Amino acid sequence: MGPLFDILGGLVLVAGTAFLLLGGLGLNRMPDVFNRIQAGTKATTLGTILTLTGIAMMHPDWALKLLLIGMFLLFSNPLSSQVLARAAERTHVHKTSRTRIDRFEQDHDQGEEA
Amino acid sequence: MVLTREFTKPFAALLFFWILLNGTLAPDTLLIGVVASFAIVWFLRESMSFLNEFRATPQAFIAAFKYTGYFLKELVKSNIALARVVLSPDLPINPGIVKVRTRLKSKMGRLLLANSITLTPGTLTVEIEGEYLYIHWVNIESDDIDAATESIVAGFEKYLEVIYG
Repeated sequence: MGPLFDILGGLVLVAGTAFLLLGGLGLNRMPDVFNRIQAGTKATTLGTILTLTGIAMMHPDWALKLLLIGMFLLFSNPLSSQVLARAAERTHVHKTSRTRIDRFEQDHDQGEEA
Repeated sequence: MVLTREFTKPFAALLFFWILLNGTLAPDTLLIGVVASFAIVWFLRESMSFLNEFRATPQAFIAAFKYTGYFLKELVKSNIALARVVLSPDLPINPGIVKVRTRLKSKMGRLLLANSITLTPGTLTVEIEGEYLYIHWVNIESDDIDAATESIVAGFEKYLEVIYG
């Protein structure tokens, strides 16, 4: 494509990497595993999609494959996060003291006592 | 094995995906794709049924289109909200795990709902038990099951209901 698409693609690519950077910062700053997963999943999903979109604008002939990779990510990214979160919840991983409520633990402790 | 619809539809979907990724119809590439697709569907034949739950009606396609748009909007909103939290010096979070209820019955509908919730502002699906989902929420708005359902689930559910039931 022309130089216009190269520039636009580059901008989108940079926006994508900015979200990835924010995700990394979130991983570092968040206080417990659940909040870290939240930061990680959302930022990597949008960041990677924007990165792929940027590349697709620079190389339109790759667009279809990049779209497929993006769709795969949209499925696999949240799934892996949910499995991690579930494992953490089931094994009673420590939560930050700022946690307000835990319905899961309430429901399941009641079950054990009964 | 009988070549039922339950078998051929996921097989065709996988093979189609393989051909798109390779961008060629060369016999050797195609043969590998056929063998791999067959093996995957064969080994997972008990758990692939969710691929058949899509309702191929015009309403479902319209809903799928609207759902995609709504989803992308929520994904962007969720990243902006996250950026705001992460960049604030005092890290304004108010986390907890709440319980919500879904009306969706199909496996695929519930899977997509859980995935969508995970990618939308401040929420992460932790566990699904029947019609109940446990959601980790970075900033709890409400601990009441109906209010939480309304603000987390309802937006996606109305589209997914049409697509998968």
